[in-house]
Amino acid sequence: MKHLLKTTSIAFAGIFAAGLMAAPTAGAQEVLTFVSFGGGYQDAQREAIIKPFTEETGVIVNEASYGGELGKIKAMVTAGNVEWDIVDVEGGDAGVLCEAGLVEIIPDEFWEEVGGKDAFHPAAVQECAAGAIFWSTVFAYDANRIPPEKAAKTWADFWDVEKFPGARSLRRSPRSNLEFALMADGVPLDRIYDLLRTPEGVDRAFRKLDEIKPHVKKWWEAGAQPPQLLADGEVAYATAYNGRIYDANVKEGQNFKIVWQGHNYTLDLYVIPKGSPNKELALKWIAFSLRPDRQAAMTDHISYGPVTTAAIPLINPKVLPHLPNAPENFKQALLVDEEFWVENRELLTERFEAWLAQ
Amino acid sequence: MAAETLKLPIEIGGVSLKVKMQRADRRARTRALTLIAPLFFLLLLVFVLPIGYMLFYGVYSPELRNGLPDFAAALDQDSNEVPGEPVFRALAQDLAEARERREHKKAITPIRQQDIELWRVFRRTVENLPKDEVASMKEWFISFDSAWGEPDSWKVIRRIAAPYTAYYLINAVDARLSPDGSLELKRAEERVYLKIIGTTFEISFWVTVIALILGYPVAYLLANVSQRHSNLLMILVLLPFWTSLLVRTYAWMMLLQTEGVVNNVMTGFGIFTEPVQMMHNRIGVYVAMVHILLPFMLLPIYSVMKNLGPFPMKAAANLGANPFRAFVHVYLPQTLPGVGAGCLLVFILSLGYYITPALVGGPKDTMISLMVAINVNTFLNWGMAGALGTILLIATIAVFLVYNRFLGLEKVRLS
Repeated sequence: MKHLLKTTSIAFAGIFAAGLMAAPTAGAQEVLTFVSFGGGYQDAQREAIIKPFTEETGVIVNEASYGGELGKIKAMVTAGNVEWDIVDVEGGDAGVLCEAGLVEIIPDEFWEEVGGKDAFHPAAVQECAAGAIFWSTVFAYDANRIPPEKAAKTWADFWDVEKFPGARSLRRSPRSNLEFALMADGVPLDRIYDLLRTPEGVDRAFRKLDEIKPHVKKWWEAGAQPPQLLADGEVAYATAYNGRIYDANVKEGQNFKIVWQGHNYTLDLYVIPKGSPNKELALKWIAFSLRPDRQAAMTDHISYGPVTTAAIPLINPKVLPHLPNAPENFKQALLVDEEFWVENRELLTERFEAWLAQ
Repeated sequence: MAAETLKLPIEIGGVSLKVKMQRADRRARTRALTLIAPLFFLLLLVFVLPIGYMLFYGVYSPELRNGLPDFAAALDQDSNEVPGEPVFRALAQDLAEARERREHKKAITPIRQQDIELWRVFRRTVENLPKDEVASMKEWFISFDSAWGEPDSWKVIRRIAAPYTAYYLINAVDARLSPDGSLELKRAEERVYLKIIGTTFEISFWVTVIALILGYPVAYLLANVSQRHSNLLMILVLLPFWTSLLVRTYAWMMLLQTEGVVNNVMTGFGIFTEPVQMMHNRIGVYVAMVHILLPFMLLPIYSVMKNLGPFPMKAAANLGANPFRAFVHVYLPQTLPGVGAGCLLVFILSLGYYITPALVGGPKDTMISLMVAINVNTFLNWGMAGALGTILLIATIAVFLVYNRFLGLEKVRLS
């Protein structure tokens, strides 16, 4: 009995001592909550940024996923109970959140510390957000079903169901679709947003969408849908996020072809919900994510482009042609005018839904 | 005579029996109330409060007032068509301060929702506010943009600056207020919500009808087969009931898609010559929703039939009625309470559906809940979401009242 007591007390003392020794690190253990869109994208963020960040700083990063529901951020901030420290948001949403005062302002000092604003694509430097990646809305088809020489190559072709038969799928949103409609109607890239800022331009885009509407079998809502629709043979051509198509080719052995002509590219950005208790740490994480080596590492896992200019030479030459901002793909590209969409998304989305329901 | 009896004073120990009985009664009632208090507070917390909050959100519009407080206060004091200098001065001051705090965009967001041209005027003005002292702020504003001198602009601004607004509710029925305050329907291509509310009711109605047609015979079977068989059948009914809604919806997607199980089997057997489109349209919505909601129809009907037993039909037959007559005149009327409960449950649950129609339906099958979700999550326009919820609530209550008027709620029975 005495022996047992002795052993246990030694064991306890040992645990206690170990605890004491570990205590300095444990006491300083800092925790961040990172929220992104899940799937292959968040896997890439984990491998390229989160794990190396924890290795370098000892900061534990908890992860969660969401579907881009800004309402969750608004609810958290309104209730004064902010549990998310860094959130990955889609291009225009950063502007919406900033306007609504729901995210922290990124201070100028931050940009100085990470190498100055000029080190990044201008769209990646925002009042309340810092760029994460470039992604693009493209259209794609299954080359096992449609031989590439017979496939549609432009937006005008995409609209031409006589010459390029088969069902279509587009995103259930006016975003990008209005732009694509005007491209199909022969409007040059640099005139698209000027035209969309006029009521006549919007009418023209909707008239062009009228033409394709009977052939659109599915208006998709989640990024995972278009590769699935193509794989199932539900549609012949679908608009899609370029990374999802690349992923399906690499991970599922599909033979999908991306048409880069007239792709509509934009960013994902990192924001910090207003009132986050870990704002400084979150900024540190974002600064880490902007490092050229981390930006280049992202492209080892997913085909989204870096926002840091210095990262481009570091990218694996095999991956480069699949990125939205590869020099070759940039030539025929239209940058989403997020300011236009912040201003008009409610009106145009309501009109788009009304148009769909007709 | 009866009244006289009641008046008889019976006194025991100085206290009338009536009082004593009242006391006993009150004690019993207090005990009963205490017992239901937890439920009452739970209901208050999870039902009454959220609904109240939703109704409130549908009419509450504090953004402009909170963002530009001095301006709102000055505007309340001034009743001129185009307000005077103090209002303009307060506006310039508030806008400059809000810009300093980088909150000017937030303050004027409701203006963009209601009048985008006026919002552009505000934005240009904020960006160009005079840095030096000007003699008349009003003159500066009007010379900067003539819209500031127009009574119509101010009618709109006053409406938006009010703490409560009917804007969201009006927008939820595809109408708008003209500056002079008269209601007008929007242009046909801008109307969205009326159509979607119509679709919501149409889908809910047909889902209820189909569920009734499918559920009634099954309920009869369940109530009238031997215990052993009915248990097995009941498990078959309940099994999908216990499966997650998303899993069931995805299962239907696997079955119904163009190259899905149903089409492959049917074309394989040569029943279909080519795949039939069963998804991304109304067929898919009806199939998936009826499947999910069928137990809600079946169970109340089953429970009424179980209590009824086989005897009414037997008794009717004994009295010489043929099976059809026995069913129509004897059995069916007695099962109506269950039918009523089932229909009401299925219809009202259907009204709130959105994931299933969004996944298996097409763009013409959008239900109102999806628009609520878009407003909450994408537009961050909780006022609009609240207003749409209010409209749905009113419509549901209307259905309930119509139902009560013609069929009678007292006939509804869950068992």
